[in-house]
Amino acid sequence: MKDTSLTARHIPDRLDSPLRAALLSWPSLLLAVAIALFVLNALASPYFLSPWALSDATFNFTEKAIIALAMALLIISGEIDLSVASIIALASTMMGLALQFGVGTPGLVAIGLLTGAACGVFNGLLVTRLALPSIVVTIGTMSFFRGISYITLGDQAFKGYPPSFWYFGQGYVWWVISFEFALFLILAVLFYVLLHRTNFGRQIFVIGNNPVAARFSGVRVERVKFLLFCLTGLMSGVAAVLLTARLASTRPSIAVGWELEVVTMVVLGGVNILGGAGSIQGVVIAAFIMGLVTFGLGLLNVPGIVMSIFIGALLIAVIALPILVRRLRERLTR
Amino acid sequence: MRFASKLVGAAALSALAFAAVPASAAERIALVVKSLGNGFFDAAAKGAQQAAEEIGDIEVIYTGPTSATAEGQIEIVNSLIAQQVDAIAISANDPDALVPVLKKAMDRGIKVISWDSGVAPEGRMLHLNPSDTDLIGTTIIKLAADYLPEGGDVAILSASSTATNQNAWIEAAKAALPTEFPDINLVAVVYGDDDSVKSTDEAKGLIASYPNLKAIIAPTTVGVVAAAQVVTDEGLTGKINVTGLALPSEFKQFIDNGASQAVALWNPIDLGYSAVYLSHQLIGGAEAKPGATLSIGHVGEITLDETNAAAMAPPYQFDASNIEEFSKIY
Repeated sequence: MKDTSLTARHIPDRLDSPLRAALLSWPSLLLAVAIALFVLNALASPYFLSPWALSDATFNFTEKAIIALAMALLIISGEIDLSVASIIALASTMMGLALQFGVGTPGLVAIGLLTGAACGVFNGLLVTRLALPSIVVTIGTMSFFRGISYITLGDQAFKGYPPSFWYFGQGYVWWVISFEFALFLILAVLFYVLLHRTNFGRQIFVIGNNPVAARFSGVRVERVKFLLFCLTGLMSGVAAVLLTARLASTRPSIAVGWELEVVTMVVLGGVNILGGAGSIQGVVIAAFIMGLVTFGLGLLNVPGIVMSIFIGALLIAVIALPILVRRLRERLTR
Repeated sequence: MRFASKLVGAAALSALAFAAVPASAAERIALVVKSLGNGFFDAAAKGAQQAAEEIGDIEVIYTGPTSATAEGQIEIVNSLIAQQVDAIAISANDPDALVPVLKKAMDRGIKVISWDSGVAPEGRMLHLNPSDTDLIGTTIIKLAADYLPEGGDVAILSASSTATNQNAWIEAAKAALPTEFPDINLVAVVYGDDDSVKSTDEAKGLIASYPNLKAIIAPTTVGVVAAAQVVTDEGLTGKINVTGLALPSEFKQFIDNGASQAVALWNPIDLGYSAVYLSHQLIGGAEAKPGATLSIGHVGEITLDETNAAAMAPPYQFDASNIEEFSKIY
């Protein structure tokens, strides 16, 4: 006698086999590209394959990549935060101010993180309580947060951070593995678990796909979004600590223009800019790709403007090609 | 099909073509500027190339970020460290933020100097200023005195009364007057606040108040253009000579029409030339320490002060013979 109610029956939720799906997924293709870039770089420059050179290269993207982890979650939920670079400026300025009052390294780190989180709370409240579009809110706070830095500092700089504080931006955990890079790897694992292995993560996808359906299913949409803004603010605070320690100084123009590089990383990582889809693996690999491209071209002394054009072309290709191919296919099958 | 589309994307990504591996030279000196696409720095790179050809067996790597940020320059310095260049000569976007990465460069055996826009002393071995206060003060009076063999009345049209640079230069000029230029009589110092309209009004006021005025000296690029325009408009060319610190590209018309005989400013070509010359000597084992004297080729020589900084030369003079050439540069 068969007991159909007790034995679980496997119902395929996709037509491809899992292996084939994994191989054809966006992250695996990105990984292939990253490996190709790595090989190309190694062939193009004799200086590329040195542990210290590669270690130095990680500093170029680590702070941005840490923000990109949180930004990915925010964008998947259908929101965006363009104020992240300005949060870095404000958090760094607050740390500099605290330094003037003789606060030590642990206090400085706490102030940096708290300022970042507070900025995230501010963004989150404006978006969720007043139901304002996040792109408008964060364009506003982008000027607002950095404006406070400019008012505080003018054309001056805060410097004189203690050597123990430098560790966060210049120290090494083991051999060539910098503290920054180690922290990024740990955070990447935590964000992977949060997005892909928890209920909270599933809720983010549901909200991004259909906020109305999510609300009817009992997901507390506003609360999730608010928490994501706080998380993005907090990660910007982390980036502020790392960058300030790396520069050993604060100027109001710190990290200018980084918000677009962070969003570029997220979109290149296969996160749908309209929300609802994406993965942390993709974002992590995209961060490496951007690091490889800028460092590789830098080793060949290619002018920065060419790098910008290359990254821009990359982004357009990534967004446009799938759409173009789908259109073409529809036309052919009609 | 979807896979195919991704492959196309992947191919586009991989299109990062092989660029030619740079030819190896005995010495590689990187000239890092605030941002690329700036005529001043392109001119400096030209000078750097001249020095490289003069010394021989030197490759100059001319590089800089797209926008003038410290973070952008740090990325570039990181890639220069990886390339194991022999020296980095940088015009910094931030005197403090670049210190850690430049220290790292020095730790790895790279000679680091700053030029034009300096880095804090702990982040470089020496700094080359385009000029210094005394040289500028003397030069602005000399520019007027050269064309006044019998001496006469001159007036200064400055920027704002609180401008640190201009005030220091004017003090130096006043100090040089009695000893070096006894026939020159400084009748007034007025302030145009680096505002075209206010500078124009002040220049008109000077001309009205001092009928024997022979020259107006404006140690600011805004003031000098305003004064020359007033002299041109009032038909006083040949009677009053306008001089001071001016950008050749902005000022060429007033040299051409005779409102001014000559003006001066830093010469970016000589700056780039001197930066490479100094880097080359440091690579060769020269030591940068207070009091040391180093050659900068045809530009002369420098003596380092207690912060290992030095001034290159007096501001470079532009007159009818060379304004055409320099107006195309900056």
